[in-house]
Amino acid sequence: MISTGFILIGLAVLLVFYLIGSYNGFVILRNRIQEALSGIDVQLKRRADLIPNLVETVKGYAKHEKEVFENVTKARSSLMKADTLTEKADANNQLSGALKSLFAVAEAYPELKANTNFEDLQRQLEDTEDKVAYSRQFYNSNVLEFNSKVQLFPGNIVANMFGFKIAEFFAATEEERKKIDVKF
Amino acid sequence: MTIYSQISSNKQKTFLIFALFITLFTGFFYLIGLYYGDGNSYLTLGIIISLITSVGSYYFSDSLVLFSVGAVPAEKEKHFNFYTAGENMSIAAGIPMPKLYVVNDESPNAFATGRNPQHAVVCATTGLLEIMDRAELEGVIAHELSHIKNYDMLVMTVVSVLVGTISLVADWIMRSMWWGRLDDRDDDRNGGRSPFLFILLIVALVIAPLTATLIQLAISRKREYLADADAALLTRRPIGLASALEKISAFPRGMKRATTATAHLFISNPFKKGRKGDWLVNLFSTHPPIEERIRVLREM
Repeated sequence: MISTGFILIGLAVLLVFYLIGSYNGFVILRNRIQEALSGIDVQLKRRADLIPNLVETVKGYAKHEKEVFENVTKARSSLMKADTLTEKADANNQLSGALKSLFAVAEAYPELKANTNFEDLQRQLEDTEDKVAYSRQFYNSNVLEFNSKVQLFPGNIVANMFGFKIAEFFAATEEERKKIDVKF
Repeated sequence: MTIYSQISSNKQKTFLIFALFITLFTGFFYLIGLYYGDGNSYLTLGIIISLITSVGSYYFSDSLVLFSVGAVPAEKEKHFNFYTAGENMSIAAGIPMPKLYVVNDESPNAFATGRNPQHAVVCATTGLLEIMDRAELEGVIAHELSHIKNYDMLVMTVVSVLVGTISLVADWIMRSMWWGRLDDRDDDRNGGRSPFLFILLIVALVIAPLTATLIQLAISRKREYLADADAALLTRRPIGLASALEKISAFPRGMKRATTATAHLFISNPFKKGRKGDWLVNLFSTHPPIEERIRVLREM
């Protein structure tokens, strides 16, 4: 029958369009995740760049707190070396912890706290920390969208066909994992 | 309503606004022309003015609005918290960094403008920057960025400029006719009709409904709630915006340089009690009650 032939051809064309569309959709989302990831890297790098200056400034006032400096420097170098996402997340958390104790130590030195250079560095570090958090949030929301598409039917079939795998979330620190539900 | 349907509805609205504006504005000029016995040249004039205004308001409305409130660009050193909060929110929203402006006014308020996320502008008063902490500033900026992302600002800014143009032209026509009435009192052309009544008629028939419709299209309470919810999602701290709104509503005085045409742009109505805006604007409250918005945010 000719008409069944036409219907079959029509269905095949529709299928091809669907495949092209959803393949391109996956590629766009994956690229967006890549871009979001490099956004995190920019902020992590900026954060690491601020550390040596900070350590130098604090050393000028608090020479004896060697352990604190070592921890910060160690955390910084492991952040610089980190390759995978998990390593980066861990090193970043480690650095946050080390910096917290550094600033706690600084509390005991009023002259240091009054130093404008220190004040400025502290402000910039806080700002970078916020930026790391926000760029991670943006990255994670993109990953969430991508992963849902990869796993939901019928997209999962296409994803399997072209080898799109679910992406990894950038883990947050414990205290940042606060639930929020939005309604209006 | 999802964000995507919100975006396309806003784009349709903008188109509708331009169509409405061009049609009615031209018709208005034609009427004036008929009165003076030269319908066609006034018709042409009306078309030219309304086209120029429409195109101009699409491309330059943001600069016009910034100029009308007297805004200057923010600097990173001078406005550190504002600037970095702006950077943070654009990172979180994944849009280009908006241009940031500051208005010298002690009344805390903020608004956004710009036709799309690539041309976004967020403007805050110095009063706002003084009394807000970082979390509150981020809440306010996130609210404004959501308006830009949803293309609310396209509709709202375009309306600002068009309403501004209408009142300007209406003012001009009124004046010229008023003087014309004195000069042409015995002119046969008037045929004994009172030009003053004619003006009133035109105002009643064209200007008032046009302005009203434009403003009505520009304001939407749902839009404010949606932007608040978006801001909460972006900052993950609804309390920040809630306490910012509380501080804004607690401030007793309104803004110095807000006008009828720009009132609906602001995060909270720039006219406080005791200083009335235009009667036309007061007919339609431009903002949902701030207490209600705070309550919804606190419950998130």
